[in-house]
Amino acid sequence: MATFFQDVYSVWWADLRLLRHLWLRFLITSLVSPLLYLAAFGYGLGRNIEVEGAPYLNFVIPGIIALTAMNTSFNYAGNKLNVDRLFYKSFDELLMAPITGLSLILGKSMIGILRGFVVALLFLLIGAVVTQAQAGPLFLFTLLLTCLTFSFLGIAAALMAKSHQDMATFSSLILLPMTFLGGTFFSVDQLPELMRLFVYIIPVTHASQCLRASFLGNPFPWLSLLVLGGYALVFFAACMQLLRRASV
Amino acid sequence: MIRTEKLTKTYNNFRAVDELDLKVEAGELFGFLGPNGAGKTTTIRMLTTLTRPTGGEAWINEFNVSTQKFRAKQAFGVVQQHVSLDRELTVWESMELHARLHHIARAERRRRISELLDYVDLAGHYRNIVDELSGGMKRRLMIARALLHRPRLLFLDEPTVGLDAQVRRRLWDLIRRMNLDGATVFLTTHYIEEAEALCGRVGIIHQGKLIALDRPQELRRKVGMVAVETVSDGKGSDYRYFADRETAGAYVRTLPREVRTLVMRDSNLEDVFIELTGRKVKE
Repeated sequence: MATFFQDVYSVWWADLRLLRHLWLRFLITSLVSPLLYLAAFGYGLGRNIEVEGAPYLNFVIPGIIALTAMNTSFNYAGNKLNVDRLFYKSFDELLMAPITGLSLILGKSMIGILRGFVVALLFLLIGAVVTQAQAGPLFLFTLLLTCLTFSFLGIAAALMAKSHQDMATFSSLILLPMTFLGGTFFSVDQLPELMRLFVYIIPVTHASQCLRASFLGNPFPWLSLLVLGGYALVFFAACMQLLRRASV
Repeated sequence: MIRTEKLTKTYNNFRAVDELDLKVEAGELFGFLGPNGAGKTTTIRMLTTLTRPTGGEAWINEFNVSTQKFRAKQAFGVVQQHVSLDRELTVWESMELHARLHHIARAERRRRISELLDYVDLAGHYRNIVDELSGGMKRRLMIARALLHRPRLLFLDEPTVGLDAQVRRRLWDLIRRMNLDGATVFLTTHYIEEAEALCGRVGIIHQGKLIALDRPQELRRKVGMVAVETVSDGKGSDYRYFADRETAGAYVRTLPREVRTLVMRDSNLEDVFIELTGRKVKE
């Protein structure tokens, strides 16, 4: 068991070394998008609007946190792996190392989880200052689960990709629609029933719902947390399957 | 050390490796020679667990590479044909990552990394980012990395491809030294002179099939130790092989006047390949 955790850490270690060289650049670049969303939607469009009984600023901040966690975790777990696999070919070294596929996938997901969690927490701090709202353990747990889910999705996408362009295509077709349709900027209840059904298929919708309920002090949607956990398991299973197929 | 039985890899209808039967003993410096696309890298990828065989079986140190991957992986080190280093890490970090993945204890790790960087003349570059290294230095780093967990078997897939003559000679010295230090070396190459200079035994692969397997000297002897190469107007090159210079000389005396160029020389593995396949290794 100790070897298993050691292997997970070893895989993570290389990504951490890179982060050590680039942490300031990473923090600044990762916070640009959420701050722009906050400025444009929170202060620009949403001033003086109330949604679900809360000021729009309070409503939108958990949504931005969800999409920040999603994008950061996906990009940093997926894009690095994509480059390692297709450009540097250094992923072969991991495949030939005497470690299990499970430790490889978990180790590769850790950098996405860490980066997603840190950026989302920083944005949460900003959000807490401007809204005076608080985030409890459930909020942090949901955030962690969101980062885990999208790290796995990033890894699955990277293992499927046959070129760097494939990752960009995946982001445009899957991540970008989720960014805007996942209940991040608007209340899902306002949507027509058919569209609402579609929106509930999107995993980030459930992340937004959980984070928002926790942030605003509303009843917690446990079912959404379960669905999010289900997605994490499905994406993880996809990673394991794709890893097996990686040696063809 | 390495054993394969009818090892086969098929991509769609293309047989990249076709029922390969091979045995490499411990301590050998074995050369796997063939033109580009002959199946050398696919063979190495199957032996190093990166590619699943379509048929047949292979063992490394008696561990089956398909069903006992974990144990097999501990027995070998690999230097791939392409640079397979994380180019954003430093030289030391690249080595340390490999040491961690192979469960080398912390105290031992430092000692071995220092030793090996010294061994490949990279000790002064341990802080450099990998991307800043020259091609030859990257290759030497990959060799040091592959030796870090002290494997008894080393796969070198075209280790000198793309390197200049001077760097190539330096790598040859390093490969000989590793073999003398006890490592079994499985080397693929399409450079004839490399196989001849380094390998005690050579397997020649062509279109996925092993077409010859013996010591270089024996392979040459089977074809003929002396080669006569002639170029005639309008007929192109012609190669003839003879057991000794005397019989080769007798043949030369019978040649017609149209022969424009005539070369008599010792045969080499290129000649073996031409004789067996009708084409040159680099074609």
